[in-house]
Amino acid sequence: MSHVLIIAEHDGSQLNSATAKTINCAAGIDNTELHVLVLGSGCDAIAQQAAEIAGVAKVLVADRNENAVPLAAVLAPQIAEIAAAYDYVFGPSTTFGKDLMPAVAALLDVEQVSDIMEVTGPRSFKRPVYAGNAILNAEVAEGTKVVATVRTASYKAGPTGNSAHIEAISSTAALPSHTRYVELQSEAAERPDLQTAKLVISGGRGVGSKENFDIVYKLADKLGAGVGASRAAVDAGYVSNDMQVGQTGKIIAPDLYMAFGISGAIQHLTGIKDAGTIVAINNDPEAAIFEIADIGLVGDLFEIIPELEQKL
Amino acid sequence: MKTIMVCLKRVVDYNVRIRVKPDGSGVVTDGVKMSINPFDEIALEEALRIKERGEAEDVVVVSIGPADIQQQLRTGLAMGADRAVLIECNEDISSLTAAKVLLKCAEKEAPDLIVLGKQAIDDDCNQTGQMLATLWGRPQATFASKLELSGNVAKVTREVDAGLEVIEVDLPAVITTDLRLNEPRYVKLPDIMKAKKKQLESVAIADFGVELSSKVTAGNWETPASRAKGIMVNDVDALLAALKEKDLV
Ligand SMILES: Cc1cc2nc3c(=O)[nH]c(=O)nc-3n(C[C@H](O)[C@H](O)[C@H](O)COP(=O)(O)OP(=O)(O)OC[C@H]3O[C@@H](n4cnc5c(N)ncnc54)[C@H](O)[C@@H]3O)c2cc1C
Ligand SMILES: Nc1ncnc2c1ncn2[C@@H]1O[C@H](COP(=O)(O)O)[C@@H](O)[C@H]1O
Repeated sequence: MSHVLIIAEHDGSQLNSATAKTINCAAGIDNTELHVLVLGSGCDAIAQQAAEIAGVAKVLVADRNENAVPLAAVLAPQIAEIAAAYDYVFGPSTTFGKDLMPAVAALLDVEQVSDIMEVTGPRSFKRPVYAGNAILNAEVAEGTKVVATVRTASYKAGPTGNSAHIEAISSTAALPSHTRYVELQSEAAERPDLQTAKLVISGGRGVGSKENFDIVYKLADKLGAGVGASRAAVDAGYVSNDMQVGQTGKIIAPDLYMAFGISGAIQHLTGIKDAGTIVAINNDPEAAIFEIADIGLVGDLFEIIPELEQKL
Repeated sequence: MKTIMVCLKRVVDYNVRIRVKPDGSGVVTDGVKMSINPFDEIALEEALRIKERGEAEDVVVVSIGPADIQQQLRTGLAMGADRAVLIECNEDISSLTAAKVLLKCAEKEAPDLIVLGKQAIDDDCNQTGQMLATLWGRPQATFASKLELSGNVAKVTREVDAGLEVIEVDLPAVITTDLRLNEPRYVKLPDIMKAKKKQLESVAIADFGVELSSKVTAGNWETPASRAKGIMVNDVDALLAALKEKDLV
């Protein structure tokens, strides 16, 4: 029996859905016991949510003031200490996990497997490289702790209804004071979260301006969809950075992805490869996005969006 | 501050269409255009701007790889770096090994700031900066889209999933760059000439005494499954009909 430690991601009040997806990935490794580690401050409710996820045997809670905000420099030494007793340490491949897990791996003096998309054996994992244009089979040597991040778009959250044992855990690791949290600037999230939304409507440079993006929002609201964007749209200041989809933005897997005025650069397509159905609307019939779209429509987005909205 | 160290990795240019070798032993790199990792160009640009504002004296670029990376280091010098260190290594190394070697470099150079890209667009690991900071026992500020220095403190705006996170770190520190930090300058011909005279020091990786072999090995490489060919529709009504048929709207 091997033991897996899964690092929970949360915002202080809610467990992030990436955690359940990470658990689901780890559950694919044979003959393991899964423990979830929640680091936070006053985080009983989060531990409770983690305990409900099927497959979890135990939830460990490291509750201390310093853990109120997710600073890698503060969390990593605690995780590394607790991880000593585990064979696997998994975190989500979100910005939280990407920031934190390599620091944990370095403290444990092991290499990290980034972005697991498939477990093919107890020590074999598939991961995307070159912006998803190649898939690598990574093999971790016997006797080495496996530290990894999980590509959450490759996994669904498993069922709930469990009630795993919850246990407090403390660490004696010395915590640095050289890194201080100042603030999180976040746009009011009144729309479904990009990474969990079933429907996502995205706009690119073709939308043309911040003001024009209103028609994209209107359509999204009619459908109850999340809103994404290409990097070009973010760079041009039409939308905020947290809406960027792609290699360096969010990797998403909605049931339906509709791209308006997006050309289909490789770096963008990487972020939507796992979408159920991809719809592309572009006025250039040669646009690369049509090569991967399930349904394509050549036309002017400024005519098509209002018509869609009206006919829905 | 005195020195800023910038890490440059040579990668297959981001415009190249990647092909996996038929025998699954890697991707085709023969005769393929190589460039500085785009995030590392941004890292260098940021260092140069800090220097040009008079807040640093010396920008050193460091790269680990085969002798050919000289070309990318020369580009870095032409952009404005003061000197370059080429750490010659002919095998693929992991991010952890790179971090250990870069740490030795940091111990020698004693920089106030080390700037790296957030990820190399070949292995897409997104690890080296975090590992380097941890091994060095110094703060990390990853995915930076804004960097402000005042005295011994850097205030860094980070691109995170929830929006923009602001943190403060004491120097020396490790920063990794996101795309929106800046737009790198173009290299001008006279600068390329001038760069030829700048110092480029070569060292063998063996001199660092870091174990190069890896516990995570690359097995077979595959081409990702491609999506099935889609359909084109002529108007909004046909689009809606197709979506309704799939029960999506
Ligand atoms: C290292 C690196 C990482 C990157 N990471 C990402 C990433 O994570 N995500 C990302 O998106 N990009 C990323 N990029 C950028 C990427 O290469 C492209 O530049 C970007 O995706 C282009 O965005 P776009 O399609 O909106 O703009 P464009 O390529 O300019 O395309 C705009 C499209 O809109 C169409 N259009 C214009 N007007 C209309 C109209 N009225 N109606 C219908 N269609 C119209 C045009 O025909 C065109 O196809 C990255 C680049 C690099 C180098
Ligand atoms: N061989 C190398 N030489 C110099 N810098 C490197 C090397 N490998 C990684 N880096 C730096 O580390 C960053 C992240 O790389 P990675 O962890 O491989 O995604 C890169 O953007 C570079 O700045």
